[in-house]
Amino acid sequence: MKYLHLVWSNLKRKKLRTSLTLLSILVAFILFGFLSAIQQALVGGVAMAGADRLIVRHKVSIIQMLPESYKARMERIPGVSLVAHQTWFGGIYQDPKKFFMQNPVVPEEFLSMFPELVLPTEQKQAWLATRTGAIVGRTTAERFHWKTGDRVPIQSSIWAQENGSRNWEFDIVGIYDGKKKGTDTTPLFFRYDYFDEARGRWGKGQVGWFTIRVADPARAAEVAKLVDQEFENSSAETKTEPEGAFVQAWASQLGNIVLIVAAILGAVFFTILLVAGNTMAQAVRERTGELGVLKAIGFTNGQVLALVLVESCLLTVLGGVLGLGLAWVMISRGDPTSGLLPMFFFPTRDLLVGLGISIALGLVTGIFPALQAMRLQVADALRGT
Amino acid sequence: MNESGTDNGALVHVDGVGKVFHRGSEDIHVLTDLHLQVPAGEFLALMGPSGSGKTTLLNLIGGLDRPTEGSVTIAGESVHQLSDRRLAGWRARHIGFVFQLYNLMPTLTTERNVELPLLLTHLSKSERKKHVAAALAMVGLSHRAGHYPRTLSGGEQQRAGIARGIVTDPTLLLCDEPTGDLDRKAGDEILKLLHALNREHGKTIIMVTHDPHAPARAARTVYLNKGQLSSEPLA
Repeated sequence: MKYLHLVWSNLKRKKLRTSLTLLSILVAFILFGFLSAIQQALVGGVAMAGADRLIVRHKVSIIQMLPESYKARMERIPGVSLVAHQTWFGGIYQDPKKFFMQNPVVPEEFLSMFPELVLPTEQKQAWLATRTGAIVGRTTAERFHWKTGDRVPIQSSIWAQENGSRNWEFDIVGIYDGKKKGTDTTPLFFRYDYFDEARGRWGKGQVGWFTIRVADPARAAEVAKLVDQEFENSSAETKTEPEGAFVQAWASQLGNIVLIVAAILGAVFFTILLVAGNTMAQAVRERTGELGVLKAIGFTNGQVLALVLVESCLLTVLGGVLGLGLAWVMISRGDPTSGLLPMFFFPTRDLLVGLGISIALGLVTGIFPALQAMRLQVADALRGT
Repeated sequence: MNESGTDNGALVHVDGVGKVFHRGSEDIHVLTDLHLQVPAGEFLALMGPSGSGKTTLLNLIGGLDRPTEGSVTIAGESVHQLSDRRLAGWRARHIGFVFQLYNLMPTLTTERNVELPLLLTHLSKSERKKHVAAALAMVGLSHRAGHYPRTLSGGEQQRAGIARGIVTDPTLLLCDEPTGDLDRKAGDEILKLLHALNREHGKTIIMVTHDPHAPARAARTVYLNKGQLSSEPLA
């Protein structure tokens, strides 16, 4: 600690250069934060997926429907402990840009299947008792200032009622929270019986996909195979896969998100490596004489090496912490896409990774100038002044 | 011819020292079979023309460089045999340096500059502060403690350099042309200050200089020419 003022004073030597380097590091880490949050939003669901849950969809595509009657047949397959279904409603509330998901479900089995959605008991009872009832996640409720007792109109881009109207109305009877950070609390769920009865002839008795809970997660692959075999050679063959793989495949429609993010960050940090490395190299070159004086008065080669490395790390960690902090503040304001990225947040794990990167960046950019400083011969360094 | 001081009780022993620099395929013999002894408490002025090897000799005595041959012993320690790491520690404990161009850190205040050698000791912050205040008082620079070098005159900067050199109370103070960058008046003040440090505080000082007024202040003057020492200047 007693050397800190010495390190700090060196950083203040060329204020403009240090500020510009700091700024470039800061911007890189803001970008890192946002890309982490976007990656989390797109593929974070994989981590949140239940290990004991399988998704059953139409073999051709997720947009092809499956008969609701499959549910009973699935329940008879050995190893299946629970089955629930959902259907894509594709609704719009006021403005198409204000996207959030709405799905018709069967309340009891749905809530049993997804225990990560926390709904107060009285609200659950109200949902069971209200045919037009819907529950909505806290994020969307706060976004639209909805509260229980509100009646909300939603226009479906897919489903028309028997009278031809695409306008549906739901009574908000509950607001659910997520048990864990990262649980998506944007969707609205309403009752399937109301939906199936009210919708027109097209699609009646059809659902989007099923979620299966297996009794033994270790036997999930075997159960998936049995499910697909059950519906082989039918008019609607199925494809069953773990929930994580399903979410992954969903996100992969945009490409390999992880690879894209890694490529962008790789390019950014490589540039920063050059910028900060150049700053440190210049800083050391400029004060060869001063380093010679330090050695003359008794600083060892190791201490000089450490001073330069600490200086370089201080620069990158300062930029990193400020960048990560700003990114955290900006990301905490929520999904910037009005609902397209419901799980948009900066994971703590990535925050720590960012901090680690800032230290590594300091070490890598500082090591060569530090070695150069360490190897300086005192007499030569003093002659150079 | 070689110049020796009193052999008995000498603080500095330079015995048969030679220094060769290699420049490409050429060997440059800067010092040859040089002997010098400096008793504790002496103020020695080392004079000679440019390129005569004065600074090289000072660097060898201060452990900043190693002789090609011969030995340098300071207070019983064979300096030339120490490893780089031990040599650095030895310098921190025993040697104070004063440079021609002051070599203060421009980003540190005067007191922070003076404090630098104390960072290598186990002294607490308050103890360091006391030592710094004492050193600054000794060179008459207490009123400039919080100022940065760029705001000090040349003479003041050199006083700060001297304060940094003596703050650890070193065995030996080595000055490399301390008046070389100063005007006559400021140069005289620095010589007077070094003289006082030697007389009143018993500092052993070896000063490389071109200053014609230096011999008047030093207890002894030796002359270096073409790698050899003598007690008389060359005609």
